[in-house]
Amino acid sequence: MNAIIATTVFGVIMMFAGIWVSNKNSITAIAAILFAVLLGVNIWDLVHASDNAPQLLFSNMLRIEHNSLWFNTLMTGCTLLYILLMGKEIQKVGLHVAEYFALIFFILCGLYLLSTYNNMLMLFIGIEILSIPQYILAGSDKRNLKSSEASLKYFLMGAFSTGILLMGITLLYGASRTFNIMEMAGVLHSDSLNPLALAGIIFIMIALSFKVSAAPMHMWTPDVYDGSPTAFTAFMATVVKAGAFFAFMRLFQVSFGNLSNHWMLVLAIITAATLLVGNVTAVFQQSVKRMLAYSSIAQAGFMLFAVLAGNAAAWNAIFIYAVAYSIATIGVFSVLIKLKDYTYDGFNGLAKKEPLLAFVTTIFLFSLAGIPLTGGFMAKYFVLLAVVQQGQLMWLVIFALLMAAISVYYYFRVIIAMYFKTGTPELNSAVTAGDKLMLVITCILVLVLGIFPQLFLI
Amino acid sequence: MVLILLILIPLLTGILSFAVKGDGAKALALVSSMVTLAVSAYVSGANYIAPVTFTHSWIPVLGSQFSLLADGMSSMLCLLTGIVVMVVMIVNVNKEAEKPGAFYGFMLLSQAGLMGVFLASDALLFYVFWEIALIPVYFLCSRWGGEKRIPVTFKFFIYTFVGSLMMLAGLIYLSMQIPLHTSYSWSDITRAGAALPAETQRWLFWLLFIAFAIKMPIFPFHTWQPDTYEQAPTAVTIILSALMVKMGLYAVLRWLLPVLPAGVAYWSDTVVVLSIIGIVYASCIAMVQTDIKRLIAYSSIAHMSLMCAAAFSHSYIGMHGVMVQMFNHGINITGIWVMVSIIENRWGTRDMTKLGGMATVAPAMAIALVVISLANIGLPLTNGFVGEFMLYLGLFSGTSPWHIAFMVVAGSGVILGAVYTLNMIQKTAYGAVTKMVIAKDMSANEYIGVAIIISLVIFLGVYPKPLLDLTAGIAGMIVK
Repeated sequence: MNAIIATTVFGVIMMFAGIWVSNKNSITAIAAILFAVLLGVNIWDLVHASDNAPQLLFSNMLRIEHNSLWFNTLMTGCTLLYILLMGKEIQKVGLHVAEYFALIFFILCGLYLLSTYNNMLMLFIGIEILSIPQYILAGSDKRNLKSSEASLKYFLMGAFSTGILLMGITLLYGASRTFNIMEMAGVLHSDSLNPLALAGIIFIMIALSFKVSAAPMHMWTPDVYDGSPTAFTAFMATVVKAGAFFAFMRLFQVSFGNLSNHWMLVLAIITAATLLVGNVTAVFQQSVKRMLAYSSIAQAGFMLFAVLAGNAAAWNAIFIYAVAYSIATIGVFSVLIKLKDYTYDGFNGLAKKEPLLAFVTTIFLFSLAGIPLTGGFMAKYFVLLAVVQQGQLMWLVIFALLMAAISVYYYFRVIIAMYFKTGTPELNSAVTAGDKLMLVITCILVLVLGIFPQLFLI
Repeated sequence: MVLILLILIPLLTGILSFAVKGDGAKALALVSSMVTLAVSAYVSGANYIAPVTFTHSWIPVLGSQFSLLADGMSSMLCLLTGIVVMVVMIVNVNKEAEKPGAFYGFMLLSQAGLMGVFLASDALLFYVFWEIALIPVYFLCSRWGGEKRIPVTFKFFIYTFVGSLMMLAGLIYLSMQIPLHTSYSWSDITRAGAALPAETQRWLFWLLFIAFAIKMPIFPFHTWQPDTYEQAPTAVTIILSALMVKMGLYAVLRWLLPVLPAGVAYWSDTVVVLSIIGIVYASCIAMVQTDIKRLIAYSSIAHMSLMCAAAFSHSYIGMHGVMVQMFNHGINITGIWVMVSIIENRWGTRDMTKLGGMATVAPAMAIALVVISLANIGLPLTNGFVGEFMLYLGLFSGTSPWHIAFMVVAGSGVILGAVYTLNMIQKTAYGAVTKMVIAKDMSANEYIGVAIIISLVIFLGVYPKPLLDLTAGIAGMIVK
């Protein structure tokens, strides 16, 4: 609750900071401090929330539960890490640096709403607050045509999917006469389900699949992620996506959990398609940035497992997965952004020139591939555990594992380029001691998450 | 507490080694491997009284514990790991490697992983170590291997990774069968697995077995192996063939046979047939090889297949033989690779058609090669004989209706093995003398390494009782 207000206020402060403070470094420093304060506010909220009783706010519009607060805290932590790793690169994107930070604060505001909504309207508003700043960020490199294309494409597809979401909400309202997601669960019964409600559920599923870039609603993802400035791709592909997943899961567990026999198979097919498209297409990419875009689709396939499982274990899974995937991806992007050449060849010989950079990248890629002792392994493990516990989808588990084996191919191509090929990679700027320190901290986080995952659970 | 040292010593010295430059890394690795061997010898000794265990909580949310157990089989394999790694380090003293710090660091890390695999008695921990042992080997082969190292190692890695993921699915499924999902311990997994209906065990069997079969390797999952052995640097080939393939067999004995008894009973004839195909097929290919490294690689497939066949024969003597032969094969194959690396170093080639006359120019080397090769084909009074005899006896007294046919066809492996091994001895040790690149016999450190191997070969061939006693109890338990 305090966090929602704080992030809005900080966003406004950042906008004005752009008028009074002209030094870009000072703006970044202010932003970093405000994000740290925001993390503190989140922790304050978390500590002072009572364990059992969820807090209802704004005429039952928001329902703040313990795991919502925990998710907010984790994601704010990831954002702080992102700002610390990428702050300098964000400065280089364009002229209006303060605005970028303000937009990121607003995105977090949307994320907080998505983790606490108790009403379909708040879901809609949350998704809009989450998305609109992203359209701007995607197009922030104004002189670059690809960036503008990305922004327009993202905006059109986003608006389209929001329309579908609204349609779904309307149909559900028609069937259940309520916008409240808790009441909706009480009204909808599995054995006498109104066709209107079923259509509504499928519409909402499709709309949310757009937001989390699940196949076949993933078409916008590679172009948008590739065209946007790399500094913002790293954020859009991680924290933002995790927020959309949390909303997805909250709705499908709270409101539609009892109706799972109606939508389970559709979502299982979407999951399988996402895994297949993401992994197989990533193999054929020549640009690492584009590969990471497809890998984010592939990882979304794994996160969909948590939605499918819909049990208590799935909450643990989504926490671990969101954090492990976000940290590792932000880490890889923060190394990628330092290179001039984004193709695999651009990584050739990085281990000779910058051993530390190559080492941390290896750990991040291990994590994305799901090698034990890294966060990514525990993430995949918790997700699979949740699905196996759910009991009906063993075929999908085995399919997903085969797809994970494919993912090793494209992640390890980067490692092979760095360590076993010769070349002289060109860097955009020298890697400072501060960069190295942040990368090492990120790397340690990945390992801690892989060895003691319980530290990241409530 | 002593068990954790077996993992910690190589792990910490391995990490330290990355920071050490030049010869310091070699010395560090040698000392580390000696200390590890001493600890594993102590653990094996303690085992004659009672199994050693260590437990510490790890991930309470999942109910997974950091629990290690050294019974007869585990401590024997730890001892083997200790001996093999030490011999590798001794023989490598006069070898030059690029970036020795990283090379020895990865070697020690893989040793830590192997120790973990052999000791883990918690399914999740086992899986973690299973993967951890693989990663350093991937880097070792890709960085220091032969010409085609990168694609070959990549193939090897993806192969084994697919297998491990299958196993992961199987282990998760098994852990879900435990009431309240609160444990991953070996005893709970075994109880839950054995209680499953036979139909479930039948498909679950393959999830686990494919992972282990790729590692061993069993026909038709063996295609990664000859290429990888050929391309890997010899020190790594030793780790792979003496220790890592044992991971597969060990996993069958520990995590498959007791866990899914009905599934094993249903599929064991299939597995034995695959193994026997592997024996004959690999032996035939070994006969036409001219590269010694490839020849040994194929002979290793044949030997591992024989052990796998006996493991699925459901007889006590066969099971006991598998345990003994795991140790003996590890020792013998290490000896052979050491000899191959010395030959390659002196002659500059591994092609048998370009070798010859070793007995004339380097008699000590020739004697060592002959003794170790004969042990590898199981000549009486060598350790290979003890194990192989028990394996065939086990296959013969198995419960399968076709046990005699199995025995007869698998028995051809002995003859074929003699053919290609003696052929190799003849072409390298005898015949016309060929020019050596470095004209000298074995150096002092190589003498020490080979002497350790040969003394074990003879000692365990004449008096195998310590080894038999160590593993008798656990073999009985698995068969029951």
